[in-house]
Amino acid sequence: MKRTAASTLGLAVSLALLSAPIASAETIYVSNEKDNTITVVDGSKLEVVATIPVGERPRGILLSKDGKSLYVCVSDEDRIAVVDLDTNKIRRHLPSGSDPELFALSPDGKTLYVANEDDNLVTVVDIEAAQIRGEIPVGVEPEGMGVSPDGKFLVNTSETTNMAHFIDTASHEIVANVLVDSRPRVAEWTADGEQVWVSAEIGGTVSVIDSKSREIVHKIAFEIPGVAQEAVQPVGIRITRDRKKAFIALGPANRVAVVDGKTYEVRKYLLVGQRVWNLALSPDEKRVYTTNGVSNDMSVIDVDAERVTKSVGVGQLPWGVVVRP
Amino acid sequence: MRIRKAAALAATFLVAFICGAHGAAAQQAPAKGAEPSVLHIGYLRFRIEPRYPHSFVEIPPKDDGIAGARVGLADNNTTGRFMGQRFELDEKAVEAVADVPQAFKAMVEAGRRLVVADLPASLLLEVADLPDAKEVTLFNVAAPDDRLRGEDCRANVLHLLPSRAMLADALVQYLVAKRWRNILLVPGPKEGDRAFAEAAKRAIKKFGARLVAEKAWEHDPGAQRTDTGHYAISAEVARFTQGLSYDVLLVADEEKGFGDDLLYRTTEPRPVVGTAGLVPTAWARPHEQWGATQLQNRFRRQAGRWMSERDYAAWMAVRSIGEAATRTRSTAPAKIVEYLRSDAFDLAAFKGVKLSFRKWDGQLRQPILLANANSLVSVSPQPGFLHQFSELDTLGIDRPETSCRMGSP
Repeated sequence: MKRTAASTLGLAVSLALLSAPIASAETIYVSNEKDNTITVVDGSKLEVVATIPVGERPRGILLSKDGKSLYVCVSDEDRIAVVDLDTNKIRRHLPSGSDPELFALSPDGKTLYVANEDDNLVTVVDIEAAQIRGEIPVGVEPEGMGVSPDGKFLVNTSETTNMAHFIDTASHEIVANVLVDSRPRVAEWTADGEQVWVSAEIGGTVSVIDSKSREIVHKIAFEIPGVAQEAVQPVGIRITRDRKKAFIALGPANRVAVVDGKTYEVRKYLLVGQRVWNLALSPDEKRVYTTNGVSNDMSVIDVDAERVTKSVGVGQLPWGVVVRP
Repeated sequence: MRIRKAAALAATFLVAFICGAHGAAAQQAPAKGAEPSVLHIGYLRFRIEPRYPHSFVEIPPKDDGIAGARVGLADNNTTGRFMGQRFELDEKAVEAVADVPQAFKAMVEAGRRLVVADLPASLLLEVADLPDAKEVTLFNVAAPDDRLRGEDCRANVLHLLPSRAMLADALVQYLVAKRWRNILLVPGPKEGDRAFAEAAKRAIKKFGARLVAEKAWEHDPGAQRTDTGHYAISAEVARFTQGLSYDVLLVADEEKGFGDDLLYRTTEPRPVVGTAGLVPTAWARPHEQWGATQLQNRFRRQAGRWMSERDYAAWMAVRSIGEAATRTRSTAPAKIVEYLRSDAFDLAAFKGVKLSFRKWDGQLRQPILLANANSLVSVSPQPGFLHQFSELDTLGIDRPETSCRMGSP
């Protein structure tokens, strides 16, 4: 019996070695909404190496431009924690406005744009000065945040207003409102800055918006055999730089859709953990990491092979995920 | 004074009408400084001062229902800023039955075509049948009566509040899923209690549970809150449930006169469900899934109390109107109603799925929460209860069995 277990383990290890040349030194950080912690996962071994307490209800997380710090929305404390990634300790806090959920970093790394879900506002935060530089009134329940690659426009989604608001980052004015399907969650720019993809959780679709005309050029729908249509609830979106592949997390459908970024054809559904929400691409774009809120784990997707290679247990109610090179 | 006010209202309506037509063509962000098109939503409310409450813990709020409509209005206006639309709520509370038709007529004269009806079933029907109501759509947020969705249905009424049949089906689905099949039904003396009991019996039959006994509650609990009153009620409930064999006690007591007194006092240790204990409802205090926390917070900040089921129904009524105004880019009532009744309409209302109106009786299809004061126990439809078109239609009266014959509105 013991021998069988040992040889099974041996087989698993060698399979893992065969299938995954993960010689990357990257580190993955997952925010755990119910645990009040960040789980640190070693990217080469895919093992949990540390757990960082960060404060109440951590949700959105981002890496600083220099890669040395992690910004964490600690929603119930109404502020942003800045974690020093050399020591894994909180170095300082930034103001955020009330109930910060998701945020975006300007390309120069100096400004954070924060969605204040309870106040129908986007708050503009100067990171160095730790000061609020502006408040932009948006729709009901602001959520998704995405800054264009050139930093000129910010897109914010509002969950009950059902719009993607295009905001000029220089004037802080809304320049366009694009109606999308019910309960928009994530706004993701393509690397070329030509499009913004917006997921609608209750609508069950992803709207592809042309960033110049600010019109919807395509709506991606999902149909999974054997899965109730109501369970298909798109949230997280990641698109490769060459726009060849897009990965879309489908919530309680427990799947990540692999979509052709140019033809918008849904090519495959990958079974991951339960209630998959947010996604992160590794810097070399070889892997996608997912947060699975109900099964309390993170799935690892091999981008080229388009299959799930591993699941790593993290904290309770994993929410956001980022990768540090 | 009164005449001037009426004239002002009429002028406002004229503006709303003109702007509504203009708004239909508007694209994206409206030009700065342009006058928004205005939609006035009526809210007609008949209020009886509740008799002294059975429990001093929960005094019925004076703004029950209307507070939810006000939060919905604020939500609509936040969105409206981006659409060049503004929403107003014209509230009218009436305290005498005889005054209700007149109050409604005044609303119609002032130009209201969308009216939230916070009325009991009899008054809702009276209003819906007035000649003045022909061009009006009423949004029922207070009457769970099945007859309003059945033999007494009206083409000019949409129902936001779930029907008793939906509530009973949601509850019995859960009991069947738990295999608590043997049910003791305890109806109270009121008309609503009997109607809830009828819905429960129908659900028991529909989902293959078993009614082991039906025993009406007749004890008057008046002395319960006096010193040592708990002895009397304990003895009464123990006597009442003696010698009965059942899995679960289903109580029908809509005005909450005695239901809570049955808990922990039965002869055998049996759970209480229905209008007390585990309660099927459209909204509950412990509900925090699917973003519900946000609505709970928003409501508590604005109203200073927890959101009730009626508040939620009124919020959904006003939000449905707002959602249709956004999607059609119009504040014209006829356009809004047409959209609400179309396949294109869906409402996101913190239940994790799209809500929409049933074509056959105007009822909003929606999941039902099963909860007590502090815990969300389950959400129906239960897994495994399947339906050809929508699993939500396993709750309540489905198209093939409806007795509603209203024709097309």
